[in-house]
Amino acid sequence: MSAEVLKTPIVSQPGAPPHPLSQFWSDFKANFGAVAGLVVIVVLILLALFADVVAPHSPIVTNNAVFLKPPFWQQGGSTAYPLGTDAIGRDILSRLIYGARLSLLIGIAVVTLSVVTGTVLGLIAGFFRGVIEIVIMRLMDITLTLPSLLLAIVIVAILGPGLMNAMLAVAIVLLPHYVRIARAAVISEVSKDYVVAAKVAGAGRLRLMFKEVLPNCTAPLIVQATLGISTAILDAAALGFLGLGAQPPLPEWGTMLADAREFVLRAWWVVTLPGLAILVTVLAFNLLGDGLRDALDPKLKR
Amino acid sequence: MPLLEIKNLSVEFPSQHGMVRAVDGVDIMLERGEVLGIVGESGSGKSVGMLALMGLVPYPGRVRADKLQFEGRDLQTLSERERRALTGKDVAMIFQEPTTSLNPSFTIGYQLAETLHVHEGMDRKAARRRVIELLEQVGIPAPESRLSAYPHQLSGGMNQRVMIAMAIACNPKLLIADEPTTALDVTIQAQILDLLLSLQRDRGMALILITHNMGVVSDTTERVAVMYAGQIMEQRPTQSLFASPQHPYTAALLAARPEASDGGRLATIPGVVPGLSDRPPGCLFGPRCIYATPLADKVRPDLRPWMDGLIRCHYPLGDPTRDERIAADGGSAPIPERETTS
Amino acid sequence: MLRFIFTRLSLVVPTFIGITLLVFVLIRLIPGDPIETMAGERGIDALRHEQLRKEYGFDQPVLVQYGLYLSRLVHGDFGRSIVTHEPVISEFGTLFPATIELSVCAILFALCLGLPAGIIAAVRRNSIFDHGVMGVSLTGYSMPIFWWGLLLILLFSVQLGWTPVSGRIAVQYFIEPVTGFLLIDALLAGDFGAFRSALSHLVLPMIVLGTVPLAVIARMTRSAMLEVLGEDYIRTARAKGLPYFRVIAIHALRNALIPVVTVIGLQVGVLFTGAILTETIFSWPGVGKWLIEGINRRDYPVLQGGTLLIGAIIMIVNLLVDVAYGLINPRIRYTR
Repeated sequence: MSAEVLKTPIVSQPGAPPHPLSQFWSDFKANFGAVAGLVVIVVLILLALFADVVAPHSPIVTNNAVFLKPPFWQQGGSTAYPLGTDAIGRDILSRLIYGARLSLLIGIAVVTLSVVTGTVLGLIAGFFRGVIEIVIMRLMDITLTLPSLLLAIVIVAILGPGLMNAMLAVAIVLLPHYVRIARAAVISEVSKDYVVAAKVAGAGRLRLMFKEVLPNCTAPLIVQATLGISTAILDAAALGFLGLGAQPPLPEWGTMLADAREFVLRAWWVVTLPGLAILVTVLAFNLLGDGLRDALDPKLKR
Repeated sequence: MPLLEIKNLSVEFPSQHGMVRAVDGVDIMLERGEVLGIVGESGSGKSVGMLALMGLVPYPGRVRADKLQFEGRDLQTLSERERRALTGKDVAMIFQEPTTSLNPSFTIGYQLAETLHVHEGMDRKAARRRVIELLEQVGIPAPESRLSAYPHQLSGGMNQRVMIAMAIACNPKLLIADEPTTALDVTIQAQILDLLLSLQRDRGMALILITHNMGVVSDTTERVAVMYAGQIMEQRPTQSLFASPQHPYTAALLAARPEASDGGRLATIPGVVPGLSDRPPGCLFGPRCIYATPLADKVRPDLRPWMDGLIRCHYPLGDPTRDERIAADGGSAPIPERETTS
Repeated sequence: MLRFIFTRLSLVVPTFIGITLLVFVLIRLIPGDPIETMAGERGIDALRHEQLRKEYGFDQPVLVQYGLYLSRLVHGDFGRSIVTHEPVISEFGTLFPATIELSVCAILFALCLGLPAGIIAAVRRNSIFDHGVMGVSLTGYSMPIFWWGLLLILLFSVQLGWTPVSGRIAVQYFIEPVTGFLLIDALLAGDFGAFRSALSHLVLPMIVLGTVPLAVIARMTRSAMLEVLGEDYIRTARAKGLPYFRVIAIHALRNALIPVVTVIGLQVGVLFTGAILTETIFSWPGVGKWLIEGINRRDYPVLQGGTLLIGAIIMIVNLLVDVAYGLINPRIRYTR
């Protein structure tokens, strides 16, 4: 009351808070690693999209004339095959470029499948408590207890080797993370006043689940999904390396490594380059995921 | 030689808007055995200033002072090791949250003995005897059985007693108590204050009591420094400060006490303490002061001797010429009713 | 404390039963007749087929079959390998020490480097060292370790010739297995040549398997230390005038270790995942390589029994970690 009678306080009011999205962007921009990760991912996406145009050769066609040709800067290399050729004369650079298409596809498809299924299961567990919840969460506990690769191997062993089955196996292995996030979000949100208000207003369960609660767990889901892409790429490559994932002649990076193993002693490039591609891609997604988490999680903000 | 002499102490933290000052030009002089109160709202820099004295300003804060002397020794030129030998021994400090201030992973016996071991070089047996003695002195019943207790097993009041025992373990010459009762139940608050004061009297140690509670200050201290936004606004003997506050801020604080209320609504001070990065150029209290003039909004007053203490104000309340000077500086003459806001 | 262990145990048992159910169901999902599958590619005559059907209870309802399966498990019967006809559990027992030796060395390697790196990075936050540790550990965390192993072989075995390419020990040495851990057995036998050989075989696999745990431990230690260093009791410890080293090494580390121990416990699963790949690359005769070979030979009992045993071991380790957690965290010990 008296505040108006007295001098108006001129304690400076900070301007209107910045839009959340621009706040997010300025936080994200300040993180060098995250920006670098994003740039690498954009480049990879472009390479994958325009693989047909960019790649100098076919990734599958073999050329009897050029077995194990070294990269162009080494004795015996040529610029026609900038990164050399493999044991049956395929251009490594082209295979790597097409491999990017495959790896990104694996990462995105696996994570999409896993996130959608996991979120639905988590929402169901959180909303319908009781037996349903116990069954779902126990199942997830079991999945988490077994080493991820072992479980994936068992699944692939049953379904049979191949890219599709490997992707399905990795998606199952990743599932528990999303189920847990979604369920935790539901349980913490349903007790809050706005959900109670929506309930009182007569909102149905489905509406509550998807319109009220789901938007509140998108931030952790986005972060976990980004990190999940890197895990998916890594695990699928590991399965490929063990001969259980993508089968030759598909230019999947892990499968390429498996093929190259026996040439460790003779041709360093067939071993080094596909692995480097995996590392850079996985690192980029991890950097991006870390950056997103720091920018999206207000608790971690300074 | 005074026990403690601080001149122009400032503590700065880097931020997005450059360096910001949490403590700004603070002077404190303390004699042996004296009890000084430092009052102010939260964020006024009263705790940070004392942390600077202890060498405990959190990263990445920076401390500067023209003088930072304890018993005539310049704390700023002491080596790390010499300074550590002083902190915890001659100068000790207790904090607001006793339970989080004790390490949850160690027994209180261990944490108490550790101080004695480091500063007095006591062996286990001697330290144990002394710890039991200390726990008795701070009024913890059955001390032997508490030695192996963990902090989470004791109440907040008990933990604060443990903190006090730890602080007085090496007979410090100065004890700094930072809001020692704020986190405790009302019934315990008086007990802890009594304990602090009786220890202070018995040992002739100086005590700095940091609080936001004017009532606590009037009951316990001999001298008070009133802090606002990192600066000392007024520093005077307790009795005269309460009898005739000279700074408008002090007066407003006193008027806001529940005891000062005449049964109607409690008085409040409009506005908020300026944040670290939006300090006005003139008097820091100016934006909330009913007497502020265009001059006060431009020129920041210095801390200067006034009556029986120090003040940082262009127009102290007891100045017979203040109405004329306020008018001369372009301010409007205050209307009496405004002083006690409703 | 005992009660604490019992509550944990009561949580573990249903999960284990769940794993047996999962493994049982998954193996039943394999298309084809289970006896034919078990017999492998050699086939089996009709009489023996009927005999085995009865013996394994495949003529019974599925639920009864699961019951029989459980009762065989309880009696320690995890099935027999189709290829070697040895009991799965005894094959596992022979190979498991090699995996443990590798895993323990890997986790020790990760701890010895990861803890100090994380602590120093936290204490000197935002320094070049901190940024370096964080960058390296994120790279390690992103590492396809099957490639990392090949790379190290390329460098240290092929280019420099410092370490052997594969195996556990050079062929000329024979060490009587006492503990199954070659390093210890070699020392027990007093054969230092064998010890050196075993050690040189171990170094690269250890680094490869330790890389991801190292990265995780370094990151976790750093963030746990950063959080603890901001706590009130660290301020108190410093206000007591304790030497800085004591504040970090005793007051901060003791509390920061609590989350780190949990993370190390979670690394057991990661270690097994890594062991499968590492053992395959280095031809390390452990259970990881055994499982992969089992799959390639379609040796389903090996896959089934091995998965179950690994699941059981991981759960036991997790239980031990929980107990260790209780030991270093007095708040848990007393409140439950």
